[in-house]
Amino acid sequence: MTALISPLTKKLARDLWRIKSQGLAIALVIGCGVATVVMAFGTLVSLQETRETYYERFRFAHVFAQLKRAPERLADDIERIPGVARVATRIVKDVTLDVPGIPEPSVGRLVSIPERGEPMLNHMTLREGRWVLPDRTDEVIVSQKSADAHGYQLGDPIGATINGKKRTLTIVGIAQSPEFIYALGPGQFIPDDKTFGIMWMGREALEAAFDLKESFNDVSISLMRGANEKDVIDRVDILIEPFGGTGAFGREDHMSDAFVRGEMDQLRAMGSILPPIFLGVAAFLLHVVIGRLIHTEREQIGLLKAFGYANWHVGWHYLKFVLVLSAGGVLIGIGLGWWMGRWMTGQYSELLNFPFLHYRLELSVFALAVVVTVGTVTVGTLRTVMSAVRLPPAVAMSPAPPPVYHKSLLERWGLQRYLTEPTRIIMRNIFRWPVRTGLTCLGLAASSSLMVATMFGLDALDQMMDVYYFQSNRQDATISFVDTRSDNVLQDVMRLPGVMAAEPMRNVPVRLRLGHLSELVSITGIPQDAKLYQLLDINLRHVDVVPEGLIISTRLAENLGAKPGDIVTAEVKEGRQPTLQLPVAVVVEEYIGASAYMSLDALNRAMGERRSANTAIVLLDDTQLPALYDEIKNTPMVASIFLRSTALRSFNETIAENTTQALGFYIFLGSMIAFGIVYNSARIALSERGRELASLRVLGFTRGEVSYILLGELVLLMTVSLPLGCVLGYGLAAIMAEGLQTDLYRIPLVVSRSTYGTAMLVVICATAVSCLIVGRRIKNLDLISVLKTRE
Amino acid sequence: MAESAPLTESASVFRTRGITKIYRSGEVEVHALRGVDLDLYEGEMAVLLGPSGSGKSTLLNILGGLDVPTSGEVTFKDLALSSMKERGLTAFRRHRVGFVFQFYNLIPSLTARENVELVTEIARDPMSAEEALTLVGLEKRLDHFPAQLSGGEQQRVAIARAIAKRPEVLLCDEPTGALDSKTGTLVLEAIDTVNRELGTTTALITHNQVIAQMADRVIWFGDGQIVRIDVNETRISAQEVAW
Repeated sequence: MTALISPLTKKLARDLWRIKSQGLAIALVIGCGVATVVMAFGTLVSLQETRETYYERFRFAHVFAQLKRAPERLADDIERIPGVARVATRIVKDVTLDVPGIPEPSVGRLVSIPERGEPMLNHMTLREGRWVLPDRTDEVIVSQKSADAHGYQLGDPIGATINGKKRTLTIVGIAQSPEFIYALGPGQFIPDDKTFGIMWMGREALEAAFDLKESFNDVSISLMRGANEKDVIDRVDILIEPFGGTGAFGREDHMSDAFVRGEMDQLRAMGSILPPIFLGVAAFLLHVVIGRLIHTEREQIGLLKAFGYANWHVGWHYLKFVLVLSAGGVLIGIGLGWWMGRWMTGQYSELLNFPFLHYRLELSVFALAVVVTVGTVTVGTLRTVMSAVRLPPAVAMSPAPPPVYHKSLLERWGLQRYLTEPTRIIMRNIFRWPVRTGLTCLGLAASSSLMVATMFGLDALDQMMDVYYFQSNRQDATISFVDTRSDNVLQDVMRLPGVMAAEPMRNVPVRLRLGHLSELVSITGIPQDAKLYQLLDINLRHVDVVPEGLIISTRLAENLGAKPGDIVTAEVKEGRQPTLQLPVAVVVEEYIGASAYMSLDALNRAMGERRSANTAIVLLDDTQLPALYDEIKNTPMVASIFLRSTALRSFNETIAENTTQALGFYIFLGSMIAFGIVYNSARIALSERGRELASLRVLGFTRGEVSYILLGELVLLMTVSLPLGCVLGYGLAAIMAEGLQTDLYRIPLVVSRSTYGTAMLVVICATAVSCLIVGRRIKNLDLISVLKTRE
Repeated sequence: MAESAPLTESASVFRTRGITKIYRSGEVEVHALRGVDLDLYEGEMAVLLGPSGSGKSTLLNILGGLDVPTSGEVTFKDLALSSMKERGLTAFRRHRVGFVFQFYNLIPSLTARENVELVTEIARDPMSAEEALTLVGLEKRLDHFPAQLSGGEQQRVAIARAIAKRPEVLLCDEPTGALDSKTGTLVLEAIDTVNRELGTTTALITHNQVIAQMADRVIWFGDGQIVRIDVNETRISAQEVAW
C-alpha cells in the first residue's frame, strides 16, 4: 500500500519548514518583484480600460482646433472632410474670476454647452445639480476639481469679468469631463485648481456675452473608424486658416490626454524596469540556498539513487523546492501588489478625476507575473538542480571533498603580515568562492542602485522645479493680456501697485515643420536684454538671446529631429498667418514642454507688426499684493496673472504628500533586497561553517571574534557594494529617466548626495539587522554536537 | 610508577564532586552523569574508558568548560567552573585548556601554521607555531592547507594547535578514532610527548583498551558513573601501542 503523502513530499515540507525564515526572505524579494508587476500593470490596465470607456461614453473628440471667430456654417465644411464623423462647435474663453476667499485673481475657462440637449462631443458627467437653463445667462456648471478646491456649493455666486463687464455667475451644477482630466491654465505647468478652473456655460449666453452670434472659436471633431487623422488635421487647418485658426491637433497633442498617457508610460516603465532586478536577485538567492541544500544532502541523494529513484525524480524534488518558494513569493506579491495597486488607483482617481476607476486584477497580469517569476527562478537554479541530477550515486554517498583554499590575492602581494588569522579566513573565503562573492556584492549593489534609481525621481523633480521657476523663469508673476498690444503696455504694467520690474513677451502659435515631422507650438519672443527670463544650455549656463533665428528646446529638437543650422518652416497661426523659414540657431535645455523662442524684435518683424507683446513678466513687492490683485481684477486688458508662489504652493501640496509615501515605498523595496541577500548569505555561511566557528569557540574565541569571521565578510562585501551600487544606480537612473520622460517633460538625470546617502544607509541598516539576527544564532551554536559529528 | 610519588600526593588539578548532567530532548530525560567524584592530578595522563553513552565525553566537556553540570561542583585549581558564566568559561578555554577531537576541526581556509597561529595569537604565553608543529613532527608541512594533509597529519596539526598555548590541561576526545593504527600511533606519540616533556595534565577518551596502557590511571565509566579506577604500574610508550 502506498502512503497518502510520499516520503519525498514530506521531506520537502520539512526541509522548507527548516529554512522557513530564509525562505520567507527570498519569497519577500520575489514578492516585491511580483508586486511591482501587479501594481504597475494592474493599474495600467485599469487606467487604460477606464480611459477608453470614459472617452467613448462621453464622446471625447479626436481632433481639436481653436480659432478666432468663424461662422457656424464652417462646421458644415469641416463635416464634409472625408473621415470626419461629427463636428461640434463651441465658444471657449478665459476670463478673470473674483472668487471669495482667494485674494489673487483666478482664471476661469468658460466652455459653451448647448442649453437644450447634450453636447455632441466632449460630454460631461453631472455629479451634482442640474443643467443650465435656457434664457438664464448667469448659470454655470463648474468642474469637480475647482468645486473641491474652493468648496463650492450649488447656488454659490462667482464674480467674473466677461468681455470687460463685471458679472456674477451662479453655480447650478458640478461636473467632470474627459477633456479636462488634467487642466492647465495659461502659463501653468502644474495644475492648480485654486487659480484655474473649468466652467461650462450655455452657448447662447456666451454668444451674447462675447458678441459671437452664430459663430464659434473652438471646434471638436470625432473621426470615423480607420480615418486618417493627419489628413483630416491638414484639411481642417486649411479650412480654419482664414478664421484665425491656430492649428488643429489630435489627441496626441491634447494636454489632458498627453498627461494621462504620460502617467501610463511611467507605470509601464516602472513595471518593466524594476521587477527584473528583484527576480534576478531572487534567482541568485535560490541558487545559493538550493546549492547548499544539495551539498548537505549529498549522501541522501546518493541513497535515493541507490534505492532506485530516477535522476529526474531527484531533480524534480529540488526543483519543487524552488517552485514552492516562488509560489509563496508570487502569492505575497499578488497580495502586496493588489493592495498597492488599489492604493495607486486611489491616488490616480484623485489626480485624474475619473468619474469611475476601479483597480481590477486582470488574469493576464496575474499570468504575466507567474510566468516571468517561475521562468526566471527556474532558469536561475537549473544548473544547481542539474548538479544533483548528475551526481553518480556512488560518488554522492561518500562525503564531498573538502574545499581547496589558496592564499588570497592580497597575501600573494605580501600583505599577509597586516592580516590577522581571522581576517585571512575572511579573505580566503572571499577568493575561494569568487562567483558567489561577486554575485552577493552585485546583489547588494542592486539593492542600493534600485533605491538610487527610484529616489532620484525626487531629485529630478527638485531640479525641474528649480530650473523652471528659479533659473529660467525668474519673474514673480506672469501677466497675460487679452490681446496683443504695443509694448507701451509695459508702462501701464509698471504703474500697477507693487510691480518693481517688467519685461514684455510675445507668444505666437505656429506649426513648425522639418521634413515630414511637425509640431504645434508657440514661439515666445523675448527681449535680447531679458533679465527675468533666462535661456539655459544643457549645462544650465546662461545663453544669450540671438538676434536672428530660432531657439528651440531639447524636447522640441528631438521631436522635430532638428539641430542648429537646420531651416525650419514655421506656419504662423495668428494674424496674417505668414509662413516663415527660420534657421535653428541654438538648442536650449528645458525639462518642461516643447518650446521655441526668438528675439522679440525679430519675431515682431517676422509678424510684420510694431514692437508688441501679449504677456508681461514682472518682479513684485509682496507687501503690495492685495492692492495689485484689486487693481488687476478691475483691469479688463489683463486676462490672467499667475504667481510663482501659488504654483510652488500647489506643487508642494500635491507632490509633498506623495513624496513621503513614494520614498517609504522605495526604501521598503530596497531594504527587502538587502535584507534578503545579507540574511541568506549569513545563514548559508553559518550552515557551511558552523563547525569551523564552533571549533573556534571551543578554542576560546569569544562570540564577538567568531561573529567577526562570519559577519565581517558580509560587512566587507557590503562595503564594496556601496560605491558599486551608487554607480549602477546612476546608470539605472539614466534608464529610468529615459523611460519616465513623457511628451510633456524630460527628466533630468540628477542624483543628489542625500539620495546616495539614503540608499547606502538603508543597505547598511538592513545588513545590521540581518547580522543581529544571525549573531543570535552564533550565540546559540551547539559546541558539543558540532564537534562530535563529521560534516 | 615506583620512582614517582604516589599520585594522591601531587596537587589536584581538577576536582569534581557529585556532578550530574541531565539532557532533556523533547520529553525524554537522559541522565548522562549520575554523581561523579573525580580528581585529576598535576602532570598525569588519565585515560577514560567505557562504552558509548557512558558519560565520558560529557565529563570531558564539563572539565573543558564546554558544558556545565546540572548539579554538583567542578573546580579547576582555584576556579569554580560549575558556577562560572559563559564569558568566564570562554576565557578559561582560551588560556588554560587544549582540546583535541576525533574530527580534527581545522579551519580549512588556514594553513597548518596559521591554524596554530589562530590560537597563539590570543594566548598569553604561547610557543611559536613552528615549535608546536615541530613537537608533533610536522615541521616540514607548515604551509599546507588541511585539504593537502592526510588524516593523521591533520590530527597532529590539531594537537599542535591545542598545545601551542602551553595549556595547563590537554583534553582529547577519541583523537585516534578516525585513524588507522599506523597514523594513530603517530598521533599518540605526539600526545605522549606533550604530556612527558611539557608536563601537561592530559585526559584522553578512547574505546581502545590498548591505549589505556599509556596512562598513569585508567578511569572506567559505565552508565554515567565511574565504575572503577586502575592505576598502571608502568606506562608503555606510544610506539608500543598497536591495534
